[in-house]
Amino acid sequence: MADAFIELVDVEKVFEVRRKTGFLRRERRSVRAVDSLSFTVARGEMVGYIGPNGAGKSTTIKMLTGILTPSGGRLRVAGIDPSRERTRLAHRMGVVLGQRTTLWWDLPLIDSYRLMHRMYRIPDARYRENLDRLVELLGLADLLDVPVRQLSLGQRMRGDIAAALLHDPEVLYLDEPTIGLDVMSKARVREFLRQLNAERATTVLLTTHDLQDIEQLCSRVMVIDRGRLVYDGALAGLHEVGESERTLVVDLERELPPIEAPAPARVVRVEGPRQWLAFPASESAAGLVARIAAEYPLVDLSVREPDIEAVIARMLDTPADTPDSPPDPAGHTVR
Amino acid sequence: MAWGRSRPVEGLRAYRLIAGMWIRSTLTYRASFALTVCGNLLLSGLDFVAILLMFAQVDALGGWTLPEVALLYGLSVTAFGIAQLAFGSVASLGGRVRDGSFDTLLVRPVPVLAQVAADRFALRRLGRGVQGSVVLGWALVAVDVDWGVVKVLLVPVTVVCGAVIFGSLFVAGGAFQFLAQDASEVQNAFTYGGTTLLQYPPTVFGRDLVRGVTFVLPLAFANWVPAAYLLGRPYPLGLPEGAAFAAPLVAVVCAAAAGAVWRAGLRSYRSTGS
Ligand SMILES: Nc1ncnc2c1ncn2[C@@H]1O[C@H](COP(=O)(O)OP(=O)(O)OP(=O)(O)O)[C@@H](O)[C@H]1O
Ligand SMILES: [Mg+2]
Repeated sequence: MADAFIELVDVEKVFEVRRKTGFLRRERRSVRAVDSLSFTVARGEMVGYIGPNGAGKSTTIKMLTGILTPSGGRLRVAGIDPSRERTRLAHRMGVVLGQRTTLWWDLPLIDSYRLMHRMYRIPDARYRENLDRLVELLGLADLLDVPVRQLSLGQRMRGDIAAALLHDPEVLYLDEPTIGLDVMSKARVREFLRQLNAERATTVLLTTHDLQDIEQLCSRVMVIDRGRLVYDGALAGLHEVGESERTLVVDLERELPPIEAPAPARVVRVEGPRQWLAFPASESAAGLVARIAAEYPLVDLSVREPDIEAVIARMLDTPADTPDSPPDPAGHTVR
Repeated sequence: MAWGRSRPVEGLRAYRLIAGMWIRSTLTYRASFALTVCGNLLLSGLDFVAILLMFAQVDALGGWTLPEVALLYGLSVTAFGIAQLAFGSVASLGGRVRDGSFDTLLVRPVPVLAQVAADRFALRRLGRGVQGSVVLGWALVAVDVDWGVVKVLLVPVTVVCGAVIFGSLFVAGGAFQFLAQDASEVQNAFTYGGTTLLQYPPTVFGRDLVRGVTFVLPLAFANWVPAAYLLGRPYPLGLPEGAAFAAPLVAVVCAAAAGAVWRAGLRSYRSTGS
C-alpha cells in the first residue's frame, strides 16, 4: 500500500491474569488477546474490524490509541508509536468507545465541547464551523444543554461522535458505535460516517457486531479470531468464503405448500402462511422477490441479513453458538 | 500542537481548564455552594474545637502551650487544605481504574495526572485551608516569638513545602490505586491521618512514630521541625540546626518520588476487558 497510515507488524498483547483456583491458591495465566497481528490501513480507507466476542478487537483499538502498550511487535499510526507519544497522537485521532463515554458525565453536552475546544487548541473559527456542522448532521441542537448522564444511549453516542471529530482528526476509531441503537439512530450514524469518509477523507476503523454497518460503510473487512487475523478483503469475499445466506421472509395470503423457488434458494421453514427462504448472501434478492410475487399471492416480505457471528463461525468452521464460551486453552499459551 | 511545550506547563494549563469548568458549573448553584462551603468550614473546625477542649483541662500538651499547638495545627491544616484542594480528586482514581473509564483520559492530548487531579475540582474544599489559615493567623500573633526576617519568611515557605509534601502523598496514594483499586482507605490513613497527627506536638508521641514521620514519610518537615525552630524548642530526634530549612529540599524529593510512583502506576495500567 502506497501510504500506510496505520501499520502493524507482528503485534501482540498478552494479559497476565491471576485466578483463584482454590483456597489461597492462585494461578497465573497469560491470555494472548492479540497474536502476531499484521496489517496496514491506507489514509482515507474505511475498514470494518469484526470477530466474535473476545477476539481481540477492543484490545487492538486500545493499542492503536495508546491506551495499552503492545507486548511485542511494531505498531505505528502516522509514523508515531501510540503508547510512547500518546498525547501527541491524540491531537490527530478521534476515538469513540461505544461502551463508555469520553464526555463529562455530569456536565451539559456543550460544556464538554467547550472544554475540548481549549484542550485540543482548536482555532476559534474552525471550532465554530465544526460544531455547527456536527450539531446539524447529528441532530444535537436540542441536546446541547442537557447533562450527559440524562442523554439516552443513542443521543449520547451521537454526542460522543461529535466530540471525537471537533478537532478534525485524521483517523477515527469506533469501537461498536451502533451498539444498542435503534434503527433510525443506526441509519443516522451510518450516513454520517459515510459522508465523513467521503468528504473529509477521514480514515475510519470500526468494530461492530452488526453486519449492516459493514455492508453499508466498509469496502474492506478484517476478521479477527482469537487474536489472529483470519480474513482481510472485501465483504463479498467474506460471504463467499463463509458461504453465508440471507433469509427472505414471505407472508402469503393463506397457507400454501412450500414455494418452489429457483435454486440455490430454498424454503427452510414454513409456519402457517409465513415461509422462510434461504439464498446466497452474495446474490441480489430482487430476482427471487419478483419471481415469487408473480406466482404467489404475496402480502408482505422482508429480507434478513446473515448474522455476522454465523458468517464468521461458518468461515472458521466452528458451530455458530460458541463465540460466547471461553476460547479454547490453545489460545492461552503460557509463555 | 503541543510540541515544544513542556509537560508541566501543558499539565498546568489543562488543570486550569478543567478546574475552571467545574468551578463554573458549581457556581451555577450559588446557594448550595455557599452552604457546602460553610458546612465544610464548620466540620473541619471540629478538630480544633477538640484541641481547645483539651486545653480547658490542661495548660500544656507535651510541654507545648495552646498558641504553640495552634501554630502546629495552623501549619498542618493550611498545607493539607491546599494539597487537598489541588490533588484531593486523585483519591477517587481507583473507581475509574476498576470500571475502565480511565481509558477515556488516555485518549486526550493532555497529561493524565492533570486530568485526574482537576476532575470534579471542588472549590468547597477551600473551607479546610481557610479554617487552617485563620487558626495559623491567630497563632502567629499569640505565640511568643522574636520575629526576624528569616523567621517571617520561614512561615510561607513552610506552608508551601507542606502543601507539596501532602500533595505528593495524595499523588503517590492515588498511583497505588492502579494496583489495588480499593486502596483509597489506605491513602486516607496517610493523608488525613498525617494531618491529624501533625496537629499535636511530637513530644506526645513515641520515638518510633516520630522517626517514621521524619525519615520515612517526612511529614515532620511540614510543621514540627520549622515550628520548633520558630519557637526555639529542641528539634525532634535531635535533628541538626539546619533541619528547619531543609523543607524545600524534602519537598522536591517528595514530589520527584511521587512523580516516579505515578509513572510506574500508569505504566501498570492495563484497562479492562470490556
Ligand atoms: N484488561 C484486560 N485484562 C485481562 N484480560 C483482558 C483484558 N482486556 C481484554 N482481555 C482479554 O483479551 C481477550 C480479547 O478481549 P477484547 O476486549 O479485545 O475482545 P473483543 O474482540 O473486543 O470482544 P467483544 O466483541 O466482546 O467486545 C479476551 O479474552 C479478554 O478476556
Ligand atoms: Mg470489544
